[in-house]
Amino acid sequence: MDETTLTFIQLGIVFFGLGVLGRLAGIIGMSPVPLYLLGGLAFGHGGLISLANITHFGHIASEIGVVLLLLMLGLEYTAKELVTGLRQSWLAGVVDLVLNMLPGAAVALLMGWGVVGALVMAGITYISSSGIIAKVLGDLGRLGNRETPTILAILVIEDLAMAAYLPILTTVLAGVSFMGGLTAVAIALVVITVVLLVALRFGHLVSAVIDSPDRETFLLKLLGAALLVAGVASAMQVSAAVGAFLLGIAISGATAHNATRVLEPLRDLFAAMFFVVFGLNTDPASIPPVLGIAIVLGIVTALTKLGTGWWAARRQGIGKLGRARAGAALIARGEFSIVIAGLAVAANAVPKELAALATTYVLLMAVFGPIAARYVEPAARFFMRQPAVAAEESL
Amino acid sequence: MKIEETPLPGIGVRKEFSLASGRRVGVLIHRDGQTELIVSRKDDPDACAASIPLNAEESAALGGMLGGTQLIAQLTAEQRDLPGVSTQQFPIQPGTPFDGKTLGDTAMRTQTSTSVVAILRDNIVLASPRPTDELHAGDVLVIVGTESGLAAAATILAAT
Repeated sequence: MDETTLTFIQLGIVFFGLGVLGRLAGIIGMSPVPLYLLGGLAFGHGGLISLANITHFGHIASEIGVVLLLLMLGLEYTAKELVTGLRQSWLAGVVDLVLNMLPGAAVALLMGWGVVGALVMAGITYISSSGIIAKVLGDLGRLGNRETPTILAILVIEDLAMAAYLPILTTVLAGVSFMGGLTAVAIALVVITVVLLVALRFGHLVSAVIDSPDRETFLLKLLGAALLVAGVASAMQVSAAVGAFLLGIAISGATAHNATRVLEPLRDLFAAMFFVVFGLNTDPASIPPVLGIAIVLGIVTALTKLGTGWWAARRQGIGKLGRARAGAALIARGEFSIVIAGLAVAANAVPKELAALATTYVLLMAVFGPIAARYVEPAARFFMRQPAVAAEESL
Repeated sequence: MKIEETPLPGIGVRKEFSLASGRRVGVLIHRDGQTELIVSRKDDPDACAASIPLNAEESAALGGMLGGTQLIAQLTAEQRDLPGVSTQQFPIQPGTPFDGKTLGDTAMRTQTSTSVVAILRDNIVLASPRPTDELHAGDVLVIVGTESGLAAAATILAAT
């Protein structure tokens, strides 16, 4: 069989397998991300089957996956929502940042991974999965709840924090000096401010360049712009992902909403490939040694998110049950933790154990997060000795 | 009545108000236009006992029902002191000769001595309509008159 034939067969196996895994995840009501990672682990080095022929395609597809994941993260909230969120909930954002970055950074320092490792792990434990959380809130019928705006406000701030964190991370990963790092921070803050200002004042112009009444040309222009910006950003040593993210923020209004709809299937395809490739590059044998640390880190950072949500909801005058729901909803970590770990691995700046720990940690948190969100209410009622009221009586 | 509007970043907007009983009732409007009716729980006012997705037609129907009932209740209350006068609603059926005609074309007032005080269309109440206002199938006429006048109005509107 020639190269192409083999590649088709291997790609077919991968995508079909992911489809089956995703369906399985849907049936038991969980995020497909952990199953994709498991799929990658099974296919990869020391895994069950070897897939040598798709390495090249897999590499470029997973890079596009990261660009699309971050472009859609940028599209998720409008510049106006970001600025309003920052103004109204910055304090909750600071609490979230401090409580959830510290455990990750501490573990990295204890493991001897240095300052770079600490910065990477801090990001991994900090960023909640807005994708998983939005879906869980919708599935559980909690979008109308009073604590939901508090949860969303924290996610908005995290989104904004990523805009500052990612450029800093990529410069540090590139191995610059302390002064260089400070310059990077300054440049990152200036760039994000400029992008926000552009998005607020001239967002319609950016949108007008990309917008098109025709779905097909819209998709091509959008994807073209994303890859162009990503490429230029990469050439300027800012990382492709950051460029795509900032482009996402600059696109506004109805164009942003349409862009989300058009890009969703592409994002699902390439992001799935990204998770698989990340899993592929992690040796399954490296997971058992870090499992214990991952579990401890998981418990600690579940508690810190619970505390963040509880505190933020209490400030909004929400009752105890609502505070518990807000805290538990925030626990899920997912796609963006893997994106951060992926950037670090790609830069060869962190030891292999960090990738293994990140994989294990996300596997745990992406599964446990939604479960915690679902069962926090009965648990809180039990502890508060307030029995649940039957559905009909509560109406 | 104070309607509270809360933006939900990435999802849409929530509009709600508190009832005299302390419960919250409102709607959740997603960015794509999907609407949900939300009602808070009795034992936990922060949570929702129900969030029911409604399509455009269903929300219009619900709005019409509530708006209509409120108007009728108000009119009935106002006419309690006027013996012999009552209020009734009449739908404009599809296929009647009045679909597309004006209110004046029905000659309601000259023939039955009743008054059309409002037209309910979709979820909007058109109060004090003029004779030149057009009628459409699906409209509901709110008519005030005597028992016999209302019976005559029913006969006119039932004509095919």
